[in-house]
Amino acid sequence: MNRREHLKLLLAGSAGAGLFLSTTGCSTEDIEESERIIAENSGNYGRTEVEMAYNERLKSETFFTTSEHQMVEMLSDIIIPVDDISGGATEAGVADFIEFMMKDIPSYQIPVRGGLMWLDNECRKRFNKPFLECTSTERTQMIDEIAWPEQAVEEMGYGVRFFNLMRNLVSTGFFTSQMGIRDLGYAGNSPGFWDGVPDEVLAAHGLSYDKKTLDECLQVDERNKLAEWDESGNLIR
Amino acid sequence: MSLEIKTSDDIYDVVIVGSGAGGGMAAKILGDAGLSVAVLEAGGDYDPAKEEYRTQLRWTWESPRRGANTVRPFGDFHADRAGGWEIDGEPYTRTSGTEFDWFRSRQLGGRTNHWGRISLRFGPKDFKRKDQDGLGENWPIGYEDIKPYYDKVDKLIGVFGTNEGLEDDPDGFFLPPPKPRLHELYIKKGGERANIPVIPMRMSVLTRPVNNQRGVCFYCNQCSRACNAYADFSSGTCLVQPAMQRGKVNLYTLAMVREVTTDDAGKATGVIYVNKADMQHHHVKARSVVLGASACESARILLNSKSPAHPDGLANGSGVVGRYLHDSTGAGRSAILPELIDRERYNEDGVGGAHVYSPWWLDNAKQDFPRGYHLEFGGGMGMPMYGFGMNMEVIRQYIKDEMGNPSPNGGYGAGLKRDIRKIYGSTVGVVGRGESVAQYDNYCEIDPYTVDKFGIPVLRFHYNWTDHEVRQAKHMQDTFEELLTSMGGELLGEKAGADTQYGLEAPGRIIHEVGTTRMGDDPDSSVLNEYGQAHECDNLFVVDAGTFVSQADKNPTWTILALSWRTSDYIIDQMKKGSI
Repeated sequence: MNRREHLKLLLAGSAGAGLFLSTTGCSTEDIEESERIIAENSGNYGRTEVEMAYNERLKSETFFTTSEHQMVEMLSDIIIPVDDISGGATEAGVADFIEFMMKDIPSYQIPVRGGLMWLDNECRKRFNKPFLECTSTERTQMIDEIAWPEQAVEEMGYGVRFFNLMRNLVSTGFFTSQMGIRDLGYAGNSPGFWDGVPDEVLAAHGLSYDKKTLDECLQVDERNKLAEWDESGNLIR
Repeated sequence: MSLEIKTSDDIYDVVIVGSGAGGGMAAKILGDAGLSVAVLEAGGDYDPAKEEYRTQLRWTWESPRRGANTVRPFGDFHADRAGGWEIDGEPYTRTSGTEFDWFRSRQLGGRTNHWGRISLRFGPKDFKRKDQDGLGENWPIGYEDIKPYYDKVDKLIGVFGTNEGLEDDPDGFFLPPPKPRLHELYIKKGGERANIPVIPMRMSVLTRPVNNQRGVCFYCNQCSRACNAYADFSSGTCLVQPAMQRGKVNLYTLAMVREVTTDDAGKATGVIYVNKADMQHHHVKARSVVLGASACESARILLNSKSPAHPDGLANGSGVVGRYLHDSTGAGRSAILPELIDRERYNEDGVGGAHVYSPWWLDNAKQDFPRGYHLEFGGGMGMPMYGFGMNMEVIRQYIKDEMGNPSPNGGYGAGLKRDIRKIYGSTVGVVGRGESVAQYDNYCEIDPYTVDKFGIPVLRFHYNWTDHEVRQAKHMQDTFEELLTSMGGELLGEKAGADTQYGLEAPGRIIHEVGTTRMGDDPDSSVLNEYGQAHECDNLFVVDAGTFVSQADKNPTWTILALSWRTSDYIIDQMKKGSI
């Protein structure tokens, strides 16, 4: 049996991945391989049959028309563009996420569809063409009228409200994608040990753990030691 | 009876309805004592260690809705697979003009699958509140009666915390707590300035092992998804499964109990349930019946168990079943901490909840409301979920450039992207969870017109907060502001005022409802005696939070577990004596 097959067998056991990964003695490669095995088998992330069928049904339905979808992609990349840290919203799959959310939260449908239509109408008034056919300068000119709630004129209220909604959907769609979570630098979701705030961070904030806290809190070397107490409830350390 | 009921000839020593904290503990203690036990659970099987159920260590993007709560009420990754305030086919109703939201979890382990694991003992004063403020009723027991059971629960299940010598937040047998996170150190600092104690949390998560069957915490911050190492407490993994492995304990899943059956003398003989898989009625016979279906569901079963010997429902000669329903109060506020904007990144997942909390610290004799509340905290660099990155049209202003100029709200482009990065992990939330005063006029009863899809009459709720709770919520809002600003926070949103009852959540939203089958010495004003035994039916017991006389400003689970153990010991003793 090769290493991968051995890991697969271990992971299939009732003890589960977390227990396995949390035990000491496995190499970084083992952990990475284990995570890959888990990812390959995680298509349904613990759904019930009813939930799985519901997700599949929503995915099989299409809400946006082709041009609406293109508008959503274009707006997404305006809201969250490529920069020197990560890619843009469309590359991160944000338009597909928004398509899904239109069906998952149907109350979004009218404000988003109506908002896209409103945006097209405003572009036609200004530039005699729909949003998608505008030049990037024209689009920026239009967006600047609705993107800044505190500076927008009152007649742009519909657009401000629509753009707030798009900004919310695009931002959350991006920063909950694999690309966005990497961009943010979220460092968790992996078995390990919490040993407090790193010293250099404490120092930068002018904070420290007092003696009482250090004395009473968990130490890494006692982590696997069966707990025992004296009669008064004092933990034997 | 006209409807066909399948009856087995087996007679169990005990049938337990419900597999949550109360039912699970009873199954463990009664099963370990060698009794034959049937555990009936209205939902399906569940084991977080099995891959088919696992949501732990999943990434946000595995969910097409990025963890949003459109399907599961606490988010797509929550362990609660089949629960909610609304369940398809299982309605409940409310009296016009009143509020109550009823959360149910239909799966093995019940609501212990997703609870916050906050494990607080009630203190000596909590059992005798009427003596102090003249309101409500005293418990028939005192702290000294329950203390040995709290001690045993601590050791069996495991809870981290610290012995602080606080009178009404008693010491226990604690595992070492995890160190506070960065924002929690700011909370401690704010607490010192505002004279609010901030102490280590008490949570049933294994920072060290208590036995060799369960793994220890590996700090993924996902207790709410249930732990595949069993490092946090849920009834299915820590009580029901071990009980089944060790004793004569049979689990019936998808068993929706309709009523307790009684003989001509009025003694309980078993329960009738509907099997959700085939919609057939079944009768499970037992020498004793233990209800742990949740405060309201157990009351519903009793009220639906009418017979010539119990015309108003089983054990309801007093008319008190369903009465004195009370939930914890709840309100909250949040702030942005400028010191945490654009912060250093590192893994601070920790355990699945805050590492610190504030027990009630004031004297109610000096307040204009009778009962206390504790504070729970949120914040930190958690896994981004649906909702993160939103609201930049109102909160982007808190991000400042090198010159100290605030960013304009809203916007788009690289600047927006940069500011969302900066705001990550900079908000702190605080919520109050307080004690309400049990009222005769807050109750659930059987709706005379509505049945669920199993044909079982449903509950109708009637619940209004009183001025006690509203004044308490007002005090909470002042506390939130004081604490958050003392730690340097900039308050978000408007302060909740009288028009919203100071942000007081609707009854039922905190999911701490208790009191519907309360214990007491007087059979005219209580349903059960101090052991959870029905005054009017001595082989019928209740082990859920229905037994609570008053709720305390503590989360109820640890007390449910301790009382269920005490009741189970009593059942074993009474059976040995041949009394039941």
